[in-house]
Amino acid sequence: MMKYRKLLMASLSGLMLLISTSAQATLEIVITEGVNAARPVAVVPFAWKGTGAMPSQIADVVSSDLRRSGSFNPLALNALPQRSLDSEAGMDLAAWAATGAEAVVVGSVTPVGNERYEVRFELVDLLRAQAAVEANKGPSENKDHIIEGRSAVIPASQFRRFGHRISDLVYEALTGVKGAFLTKIAYVTVDEGAGEFKYQLRVADYDGVNESVLLRSREPLMSPDWSPDGRKLAYVSFESRRSEIYIQDLYTQQRERITDFAGINGSPKWSPDGKKLAMTLSKDGNTEVYVMDLATRKLDRITNHYAIDTEPAWAPDGRSLVFTSERGGWAQIYQIDLASRKITRLTYQGEWNLGGSFTPDGKSLVMVNRTNGRYNIARMELATGHIDVLTETYLDESPSVAPNGSMIIYGTSHNGRQTLAAVSMDGRFKARLPMPVGAVKAPAWSPFL
Amino acid sequence: MKLNKVFKGLVFAIPALALTACSSNADMDSDSEMIDNQTGIEQQGPQVGGLEPVMTPEEMQREKYADLRKEHILYFDFDRAEIRPEYAELLEAHAAFLVENPSTRIIVEGHTDERGTPEYNIALSERRGKAVQRYLQSLGVLSSQMEVVPYGEEKLLDSAATEAAHAKNRRAVLVY
Repeated sequence: MMKYRKLLMASLSGLMLLISTSAQATLEIVITEGVNAARPVAVVPFAWKGTGAMPSQIADVVSSDLRRSGSFNPLALNALPQRSLDSEAGMDLAAWAATGAEAVVVGSVTPVGNERYEVRFELVDLLRAQAAVEANKGPSENKDHIIEGRSAVIPASQFRRFGHRISDLVYEALTGVKGAFLTKIAYVTVDEGAGEFKYQLRVADYDGVNESVLLRSREPLMSPDWSPDGRKLAYVSFESRRSEIYIQDLYTQQRERITDFAGINGSPKWSPDGKKLAMTLSKDGNTEVYVMDLATRKLDRITNHYAIDTEPAWAPDGRSLVFTSERGGWAQIYQIDLASRKITRLTYQGEWNLGGSFTPDGKSLVMVNRTNGRYNIARMELATGHIDVLTETYLDESPSVAPNGSMIIYGTSHNGRQTLAAVSMDGRFKARLPMPVGAVKAPAWSPFL
Repeated sequence: MKLNKVFKGLVFAIPALALTACSSNADMDSDSEMIDNQTGIEQQGPQVGGLEPVMTPEEMQREKYADLRKEHILYFDFDRAEIRPEYAELLEAHAAFLVENPSTRIIVEGHTDERGTPEYNIALSERRGKAVQRYLQSLGVLSSQMEVVPYGEEKLLDSAATEAAHAKNRRAVLVY
């Protein structure tokens, strides 16, 4: 069994915490669709082997992560046949199989002194377990049904992070896709109640916990975009009463103004290698797409058309950009090969298509589609041009794809208020992410951190 | 193609400008009526009379323009940047002031409603700001007196999900 357990100290010590300057508010989630399609699993509260109270219940983090992924529906606590379990060894496998859950996460927390705790977990595949029980007619030495398991010694402050790590491992073991629970989101809030600095750029864990305010401003903030190493954000600030592009280091808090041309300075997007920034400028008269080399600050004009060209987004291989253009009369998405400068129109379905970006596998485009005057998030398969409209919310915009391609976070309008929402890439899972701060918009999902 | 539409807007605007002279006479008539009403009121004691100040046509025009200049906002149709003919007088008034005061600088803010993406709306709002800038330039305002600042959908006046709210948000604002 030991072969399943590896110490994770190395990966945990690399963590850097942001200086949190605001209240800790969990991003609440209102799942509006997709619970029935989610796979049933069970997360047993982790057994506490110490005296007094456990610092926090790691199983809650895992359970919340799996539910938020849209792929899993953790059983309610009162549906669990055994609620005090520390490992697979004590499991009544037949009783667990009867719950209909596909898999069970079970674990324990043991104080090891010096404010540190050993956290262990196992992921039990109940289909395999049942097969093993039937084959052996009794307790078996075959533990192939334990498909994942680790332990780590961590301080209480790392419990939440280790919970996300467990979720990543569980998600990957059960879906074959890397989990994205150790990621962050950046977003802009507009809070009339926040006094004169009502525009704020914030970053939180993907689930809204550990929120930090990176910038407070009297004037609008727009379009945050993560550097590929997850250390910096590029964004647009109107602090000088005109748009300017800034880059801010999340850890050193150093900010640098990148552009302040006359007219539009917008839509910054890091290249996959982190060396360039695509952007929209109108300094030469029309709204055009440019690419700046960040080392030399040299600008390369990519488009040249009197119609609006904006919203550049990089292909994962960095060789082409998609952008929104009105050159065909209405806003549609085009692709430009950066070497040949050949431009191809990609979208034809719907009145408008805009705000396009590639999925991480490069096979699909995620965008805002306007059909019959309604603005919704859509996904287009690039090979076939087939478009699926994924959402039914009102005035959807700013879609940002999770780095594992499983989920899209986007801005929408709910009851006259801008808020964030999420939809799974297949459109089956839909959720709203209400926040207690006026308007929330421009979400940007971080890369894997 | 979009430029052509702006010029068409200008053509429509010229007859509207010609009408302004007639409407100022109407204003004077209503003023004198008001004075008649005043003398009709029964009062105790002596009644003091006086002469009505006579304004020159230039002064009347100036007063009218000053009044018009209190309005700083022009509204636009959905996804359009053409100046509506009804704003011809308003822009004429601002232009007259700016031509007389060439050291005065203004910001022309462009705004949109919240439909469409923020980045697209920034571009659309710049188009609206530039339409106003071109219009004022055609009336003699120096380009150095104006800066267009596109705000897109970032500064909504009304965030309600109604057509009336959307219409209120689709605007250009002259900021002195």
